[in-house]
Amino acid sequence: MRYAMAVDTRKCVGCSDCVVACQTENDVPIGFCRDWVVEVMDGTYPQLEIEIRSERCNHCVNAPCVRCCPTGASHIVDGGIVLVEPGECIGCGACMASCPYDARYPHPSGYVDKCTFCFHRIKNGMSPACVEVCPTKCLYFGDLDDMNSDVSVVLKKRKSKTLIPEAGTDPQLYFLI
Amino acid sequence: MTSRRDFIKISAIGAGVLVVGTGAYKVVKALSSPEQVKKLVVGLKRTPTYCEVCFWKCAGWVYKTSEGKIWKIVGNENDQHCNGRFCPRGTGGVGMYYDEDRLKTPLIRVEERGKQVFREASWDEALEVIAVKMKNIASKSGPESMALFSHGSGSSYFTTLMKSYGSANIAEPSYAQCRGPRDEAFMATFGEEAYSPEITDIRDTRCLVLIGSHIGENMHNGQVQEMSDAIDKGATIITVDPRFSTAAGKSKFWLPIKPATDMALLLAWIHEIIFKDYYDKKYVEKYCSGFEQLKAHVKDFTPEWAYGITTIKPDLIMKTAKEMADASPAVIVHPGRHVTWYGDDTQRIRAVAILNALLGSWGRRGGFYRPAKFELSSYGSPSFKTPSKTWEDAFPGKYTIASSPVSNVLIDASIPENNPGLLIRGWIVNGTNLITTIPDQANTLKAIQNLELLVAVDTMPMEITGWADVVLPECTYLERYDGLRVSPHRKPAIALRMPAAEPLNNTKPGYWIARELSKKLALENYFPFEKQEELLDWQLKKAGSSLEEMQRIGVKTFERDADDLYFSENEQVEFPTDSGKIELYSSYFEGAGYDPLPKYVAHEEPAEGFYRLIYGRAPMHTFSRTSNNPNLTDLMDENTVWINPVVAKEWGIKSDQYIWLRNQDNVISDFPVKVRVTERIRWDSVYIVHGFGHAQKQMKRCFGKGVSDTQLITNVLVDPLMGGTGMRSNFVTFVIEKTGEEVAS
Repeated sequence: MRYAMAVDTRKCVGCSDCVVACQTENDVPIGFCRDWVVEVMDGTYPQLEIEIRSERCNHCVNAPCVRCCPTGASHIVDGGIVLVEPGECIGCGACMASCPYDARYPHPSGYVDKCTFCFHRIKNGMSPACVEVCPTKCLYFGDLDDMNSDVSVVLKKRKSKTLIPEAGTDPQLYFLI
Repeated sequence: MTSRRDFIKISAIGAGVLVVGTGAYKVVKALSSPEQVKKLVVGLKRTPTYCEVCFWKCAGWVYKTSEGKIWKIVGNENDQHCNGRFCPRGTGGVGMYYDEDRLKTPLIRVEERGKQVFREASWDEALEVIAVKMKNIASKSGPESMALFSHGSGSSYFTTLMKSYGSANIAEPSYAQCRGPRDEAFMATFGEEAYSPEITDIRDTRCLVLIGSHIGENMHNGQVQEMSDAIDKGATIITVDPRFSTAAGKSKFWLPIKPATDMALLLAWIHEIIFKDYYDKKYVEKYCSGFEQLKAHVKDFTPEWAYGITTIKPDLIMKTAKEMADASPAVIVHPGRHVTWYGDDTQRIRAVAILNALLGSWGRRGGFYRPAKFELSSYGSPSFKTPSKTWEDAFPGKYTIASSPVSNVLIDASIPENNPGLLIRGWIVNGTNLITTIPDQANTLKAIQNLELLVAVDTMPMEITGWADVVLPECTYLERYDGLRVSPHRKPAIALRMPAAEPLNNTKPGYWIARELSKKLALENYFPFEKQEELLDWQLKKAGSSLEEMQRIGVKTFERDADDLYFSENEQVEFPTDSGKIELYSSYFEGAGYDPLPKYVAHEEPAEGFYRLIYGRAPMHTFSRTSNNPNLTDLMDENTVWINPVVAKEWGIKSDQYIWLRNQDNVISDFPVKVRVTERIRWDSVYIVHGFGHAQKQMKRCFGKGVSDTQLITNVLVDPLMGGTGMRSNFVTFVIEKTGEEVAS
């Protein structure tokens, strides 16, 4: 089993609903976020192009945050999801420094927090909160080992890219272009 | 600790990267431990609601923790408005409940109006003060000299109160400050309005034309969802906007039009569609009247003519006209929503309506569908008295096609020196912050100072409450029942809102407030049900449901009476216009003394060193309603002024610098605004998001954040047909540093 997410940049309008839904679902304190929206614009008026994308932890196969964690708090569970065990985290911030995607933040309670693909929901057969709320349905989630999962189907049909592939982390967040 | 996300933002500026959403590592408060998070998932209770953050009114579920704390709001899967998906504002609606700056108890003014000195009062005392004043006004000047300004679900109760009291002066700024011109233009053409939610069949369209409409930044949920569906299906989007909007970024054709010239483009499209024989001949012949007059009228409005006005090249005008024709009838020239721009707005939207008629999109799949609405039974309350005068008597002969009361007319009629035929002496203002809603703030404040009574009913200490004599704190939509939602859609449906929590502090639901006030005015026979849920249960039982059932399901959708979502082949349609046809040539306008066909009129242009002020929306905010919401300010807590790089270079202005804006009438913004230098805006305009720059200190999170467009809109172009306030003819320049004198003023 290999969980992954695809983000359709052609449909995303950058509304940040994924951010609020994640914050309320996971009780992320105000002032912090586990996911965010990036807008990249190119060109000169009126020859312009824009790409809008919802970003979060890439749940890398070769996760530097897990390798550098001195206590083992950062770990990978079944399905390739990268998690942090708050009880084991000493808040040293090594993982934050090693993450090429800046996907982690220091929770005020003293541990480092990040996207879990809503592990508590997917365990119960639900989608992550951001996927479920997105008004443009631009987020696709599922198991890459399942040919019929939403994410497998859309990745087969559409061209995609990953962010900073040169970091060699084998990220599992795909952007449909 | 250095934020790497900040680092990304800085290092990528060259490539035009902007990180939206949170990211500032500001420590606010330590919330829950992970154990608490786990606890949230078990023992859930949910109650149905429909959202009050905007007028789209999506139905959803409010989830609470096992301790009974409001946790999250998610969409109801059976609701046509949202299809189970709330927008960011609806998702962040929890912040309305938790906002610690909410109004908490009734307040009575103790010093002069506007000084904002109040004392706390009991509900009984506050309502008594209002009732005494209202009785006094009624006996002295007649009840018709009271007015109600209202927005949202509370409207209906205060409307009942005002009508029973004897006044028909009930205005919603959503008419004359927003969609009024559109509704009148569509009524004149098709005999029907464009409705809310709009009856645009975007999910099945092949071509969507947006004129200044920024779907995706205006987060009108169902519409955004359907635009996304249309993108999936390969539909063409054509966007006309001086700004490279989000929608423009998803468009096959972006027409970066010179602002204020849309009418010329529309007329050229009509010309092209008629003279290239692109129009739906069968449809026009069968359903429309006035084609020959229209054809003669647009003879000279060629794409070449429009090029000189709009700066849009003729071949692009021709190509986009062809694109629309190829998609016909599955094409939508979107009617827009906030269309009060240049004072000729009803006529401009008439051109939009005419285009749709020529393309045969009205009543067709992928164009405009026929809405269906569930009709609720009404209980037999006594009929209302007919007022001896209404708002229409204030300035006779003006705005004669306005089908709803015009808010700005009621304001003008509150100023004695305007010699109104009906002088307004008292206002009740519910759920609308008139100070930031109505342009020309000085005029609104002048009116306020002439009033004998100003009551503000709101959940938040908005600017208007600071001017009130009595402030009544309403509870939020998460703490009350409201009327059943029966908005028209593809299928008739009912949605229930019920309280998820008890009202916080000493706040009360609108229904209770209106009914208690009615008791003091001896009008309670107009409110026969003591509790609103009794009325809802009565209505629901008549509808074959019950309050108990709706509390379980939230939304009930019914089948249409007939399979008539679209016109059927060869259907004889009787349109509710004078002629029974779609009126390309409006005999109604002609009879009322207005142009029966839309004409292009040149509008004022910015002087040297000034830029047209264009405003719009951000997806995470609904006007000033959300500007203090903790969850939503976390996503966006100030607006920025968008400036083209060429202009910024001329002025030596850089991104992230704070500047003030000064308009053509020398009004300087109260607060500085952050600059966003971006290619996304034309060099002759600047852009800001509406709803910021609040001057009300009680709203701690949004006070002084960003700039208020309303403050800078002092040149108002009033639509002569229906009184709409055109607000896009204001020009601003930049003030890099405020001088002492400017600060003092």
